Amino acid sequence: MPAVQETIDQVRLIDVDQYKYGFETEVEMEKSPKGLSEDVIRFISAKKGEPEWMLQWRLDAYKRWQTMQEPNWARVSYDKIDYNEIYYYAAPKNNPAPKSLDEVDPEILRTYEKLGIPLREQEILAGVEPERRVAVDAVFDSVSVATTFKEELKKAGVIFMPISEAIREYPDLVKQYLGTVVPVTDNFFATLNSAVFTDGSFVYVPPGVRCPMELSTYFRINEKNTGQFERTLIIADKGSYVSYLEGCTAPKRDENQLHAAVVELIALDDAEIKYSTVQNWYPGDAQGKGGIYNFVTKRGDCRGKNSVITWTQVETGSAITWKYPSCILRGDNSRGEFYSIAVSNGMQQVDSGTKMIHLGKNTTSRIISKGIAAGRSENTYRGLVSAHRKATGARNFTNCDSLLIGNECGAHTVPYIESKNATAVFEHEATTSKISEDQMFYCQQRGLSDEEATALIVNGFVKDVLQQLPMEFAVEAQKLISISLEGSVG
Amino acid sequence: MLEIKNLVVQIEDKRILNGLNLTVNNGEVAAIMGPNGSGKSTLSYVIAGKEDYEVLDGEILLDGENILEMGPDERAAAGVFLAFQYPLEIPGVASMTFLKAAMNAQLKARGESELSTPDFIKRVNAAAAQLEIPKDMLKRALNVGFSGGEKKRMEILQMALLRSSFCILDETDSGLDIDALRIVSEGVNALRSPDRSFLVITHYQRLLNHIVPDTVHVMHSGRIVRSGGKELALELEANGYADYRESEAA
Repeated sequence: MPAVQETIDQVRLIDVDQYKYGFETEVEMEKSPKGLSEDVIRFISAKKGEPEWMLQWRLDAYKRWQTMQEPNWARVSYDKIDYNEIYYYAAPKNNPAPKSLDEVDPEILRTYEKLGIPLREQEILAGVEPERRVAVDAVFDSVSVATTFKEELKKAGVIFMPISEAIREYPDLVKQYLGTVVPVTDNFFATLNSAVFTDGSFVYVPPGVRCPMELSTYFRINEKNTGQFERTLIIADKGSYVSYLEGCTAPKRDENQLHAAVVELIALDDAEIKYSTVQNWYPGDAQGKGGIYNFVTKRGDCRGKNSVITWTQVETGSAITWKYPSCILRGDNSRGEFYSIAVSNGMQQVDSGTKMIHLGKNTTSRIISKGIAAGRSENTYRGLVSAHRKATGARNFTNCDSLLIGNECGAHTVPYIESKNATAVFEHEATTSKISEDQMFYCQQRGLSDEEATALIVNGFVKDVLQQLPMEFAVEAQKLISISLEGSVG
Repeated sequence: MLEIKNLVVQIEDKRILNGLNLTVNNGEVAAIMGPNGSGKSTLSYVIAGKEDYEVLDGEILLDGENILEMGPDERAAAGVFLAFQYPLEIPGVASMTFLKAAMNAQLKARGESELSTPDFIKRVNAAAAQLEIPKDMLKRALNVGFSGGEKKRMEILQMALLRSSFCILDETDSGLDIDALRIVSEGVNALRSPDRSFLVITHYQRLLNHIVPDTVHVMHSGRIVRSGGKELALELEANGYADYRESEAA
């Protein structure tokens, strides 16, 4: 049987349920009443002990949201979401704000252990080279359960804490920056997030400081019928540098769950932010049952001159991904980069890409996108590159490659290019290829199995992007890509 | 030892091999010559296990074991190596990475332990030096942007490293200039040993001046129609394949 035919047959049989993070944790939860109303928002705000201005901000967002329509331009289809069937807040009971790890429910700690995420600083310190340390913020459903290395970071002047804590402790900073990159009115899902966001990370790096370690947040959706609405705000002050990693997983469930996050990055003069994501939410089963709806708004503002924002994403999970990490290149000579690997298998639908909005002079951007579609999935790259009329000397280079495995999947590239300045130079390259039977045969003739051959070819395809990830993440991502494609190959 | 008995093969209802018989003993270098379309490349693909071909009858025994039921990777682990006429490109995968993956896959299939990185590098460097392969080439993506000569040298390098017992060279001389032909031939000759046999497929006598065969077989219409010693190749070079075409017409 020809290799490709076999691949297709395998895909038919595929159980996307190779998903190894699909376990559920038994902890007693406290939830808001089901559905969305002003009362629910007040409930969330009260749970977080928020000041009045924050509550007002949420209520304004909610009012606005009620007048908005869900967007339908993406190349994804799904049953209508009933926003009143969702719980907007779920937190492990009796433990809203643990003071130390000893106060955290051991079940939750075990969850993170199973996920391979170290929360105990002692253990990290014992076994790992100092320069390899990663500070972790662990978010379980609607609350942050632990943040490591807080003290050490504080010494360097870096603030890294749950955003709910930052709202109480650093209200001025939060007030100054929250919603300035993704306005409350930005889009349906961002506005919903503004009304109901529960937790997420807050990072502030003071002027001239190079953050001494990688910062990382692990998001875990556990409770059923619960949406996760995290909000992350990262500010790199003048001349500072920070690298931030984000990972996420969820149990296997038959019903779909909504994840609508907002991430805002602000880089001031000469500052640099690297934001890396390994997105591995539960993708649903082979028939497309269950899985996370991942509707996320991520945007960075290169507000200062010579600032740099780099988005790197490895997207393997979620039933639906709707995500366009973008850069507003406001400061002169600022640079935006977007490196993406999006893998889809089974019935997954991905509509992802970026927006590079050139406003300042001599701004540059670079987009490298690698889409891999297998099974009956649909994988779309959608990207906008625009130059404002004042963006003299703007430059963009875009490269979008798609790789198809089998013949029931789809890969699509939808670039939007708008230039209002005659000096702007935009380049766009795109390719679509299939793993050929001849390539497979060649590898097999050398002794590689079907799966080893596919993994090798796919790794070659995504190499340029993997190189952008911090090393530990790159190894993890490489494994994840292989696992995601298991069973998709003949 | 490789024995092919009464092999009948078709692709998309077209008969390519018609009851082919062939024996290659251990340590033997057998050449197969024949006009275009006689089924030479099909024979090499069928031995290596390419899937598009339908085997209607016959068997292929490698050291007494029928390999027709094995997948191509299992045949590779059992000792079959095919140097491709047109080696495939694997973008983004450094040649070194590919070599290591292939060597370890075969070791694993045979139940042996994987190579340590220093051992692997030592072996590659030694074999690469003999084939005049520069280190830089090993870092480049496999066969991507390689010249014809570089691709063929890379095939022989893999052949040397994988230590296969039955090696097929499918028109390895095509696209090679004189120097590359010499390097490749020397590489192959260095691998000749009593426990390794070769099947050298070629159109031209030229290659056989460098890799001197023990036996020469003439293939026509999917069958071996004549066998002899190395002098048979010279006879073919002088007379061409016309005799065999006429015999077919008659």
